[in-house]
Amino acid sequence: MLLDFEKPITELDQKIHELSQMSSDGKIDILQDISNLQKKRDKLLHEVYENLTPFQKVQIARHTDRPHFKDYIKHMTSDFVEMSGDRLFGEDAAIIGGLARINDRTVMIMGHEKGSDIDSRLKHNFGMPLPEGYRKAQRLMRLAEQYQIPIVTIVDTAGAYPGMGAEERGQSEAIAKSIETCLSVSVPIVSIIIGEGGSGGAIAIATGNKVMMLEHAIYSVISPEGCASILWRSRDKKEEAAEAQKLTAQDLKRLDIIDQIIPEPLGGAHRDVKKTILNVKAALNKELDSLTKLSGSALKNQRAKKYLQMGKKT
Amino acid sequence: MNWISNYVRPKLRALVGAKNETPENLWTKCPKCEQMLFMRDLERNHYVCTNCDHHLRMSAEQRLKFLFDEGQYKEIDLPEAQNDPLKFKDTKRYSDRLKTYRDKTKNMDAVRIATGTISDEKLVVCAFDFNFMGGSMGIVVGESIVRAAEEALRIKKPLLIITASGGARMQEGAFSLMQMPKSMVAVEMMKNAGLPYLVLLTDPTTGGVSASFAMAGDIAIAEPEAMIGFAGRRVIEETIREKLPDNFQTAEHLLEHGMIDMVVHRHELRAKLSRILRLLNQRHA
Repeated sequence: MLLDFEKPITELDQKIHELSQMSSDGKIDILQDISNLQKKRDKLLHEVYENLTPFQKVQIARHTDRPHFKDYIKHMTSDFVEMSGDRLFGEDAAIIGGLARINDRTVMIMGHEKGSDIDSRLKHNFGMPLPEGYRKAQRLMRLAEQYQIPIVTIVDTAGAYPGMGAEERGQSEAIAKSIETCLSVSVPIVSIIIGEGGSGGAIAIATGNKVMMLEHAIYSVISPEGCASILWRSRDKKEEAAEAQKLTAQDLKRLDIIDQIIPEPLGGAHRDVKKTILNVKAALNKELDSLTKLSGSALKNQRAKKYLQMGKKT
Repeated sequence: MNWISNYVRPKLRALVGAKNETPENLWTKCPKCEQMLFMRDLERNHYVCTNCDHHLRMSAEQRLKFLFDEGQYKEIDLPEAQNDPLKFKDTKRYSDRLKTYRDKTKNMDAVRIATGTISDEKLVVCAFDFNFMGGSMGIVVGESIVRAAEEALRIKKPLLIITASGGARMQEGAFSLMQMPKSMVAVEMMKNAGLPYLVLLTDPTTGGVSASFAMAGDIAIAEPEAMIGFAGRRVIEETIREKLPDNFQTAEHLLEHGMIDMVVHRHELRAKLSRILRLLNQRHA
């Protein structure tokens, strides 16, 4: 996937690639050229990523090469046992969850999975859950409470699925009860927004004790396109809408809506999946270390207080 | 994809509807059957069309007057909160919009909180006002729901929330999203105290409001034909590339799918509420 503002970087990458193939005969002047080009590329990458506009962040947050839930399972956990179904109606693969181990600690981990190719995107419904997905999440949260193990939620969705069946089976109720479950369980919940935090579909599983965001993730009440089409009456105003919405991790940290920003490698998570996930793992472990020391009632109180505080007069 | 997209249509309707409420307007048109209605008759009929029985929207003030015994109640001031945390500006400044709606509705935000009695049963009511920015939920609305629950806890009485809202208030960005968990904390407070939390869903109740406290009531009552749902009709039709049936997302449709307890005609509402309140009040006797 090629982002328009990354074009000059990609061009340099290509040039470096061509030159390094030519340099296999070991000519020194070419090696020098390559090294100069690499410097130039790193500098450019720095410049571009230091000065991203909010809408460019939206594009990065949606980048298809960004690590998705399954990548986190692969690189961050061991012994993952996937658990399926809501025991009421069906199984929704837009939210995946189950037991896993992170550094010798058993956790209940769940999150949105967008899929990474046509087949898997269809299978996971592009990460847009049905009520069954949220009801599965609630079931797993209750199980985590029963076993007194911490909950990790990985958030990456454009939003809950707007479909006929979803409405008829109570999308609203499923999200409301999901938030309620998050608030009422007596075990820690750490939520990490790794890409898109799309509105109600995100907050349903992101009502945590600690909420962290990757450096180039976004979190908003409506997509910039949706916001633009309603308030500006034109989807073309999406850049302006993204700007006004304050949906970047940096803005949301400043506004005290999230607790922490997890740094991404230079040039974004899509350039180094493993490094990104290691950063997330480190931040997650630190939070779990401190939260697991708290009692169940302290955890519940902390969550209630946290959300009661949102937007109060300072 | 975004549940607020249905905001546009009701908002336009609200602009048209607003004209109907000025007292000098003697006549109004039923939005459903388009019959001309004499305002005084309509008021006397509690804003139910005398021709086709369509339930017209009511302002929060009209709701409270209609619901409480003798139209008497004690209003509670809305809590103060950050007004424009993002300094939001689209085609207009949000702060200017707020001012316009405050002047127009003579209210600080999109809800009113009051205590009073229904057939001598005391309760706290928090009523949404669709005329105030489509009843959208921002920080003040979230704070008001908490305030209403706190008052119910203080006097140990039930809480009734009457919804009429397009969803979250976009101009407050993620802050409006955070009012969903905040409102659920209020619901939890009621549940933990063992006090009844009732919801009356009126036209329309969608988006972030429906996906939080509105769909978490102990008892869910809806008005006939009220539009209730998560995503807007147009968004769903664009997603599934199909036209939805006319009755989709109506109160009756939700009842059929097990999502609410009952659909109650406005003329029977006070009697129904009083029966529920009395049953719950005497449960320990």
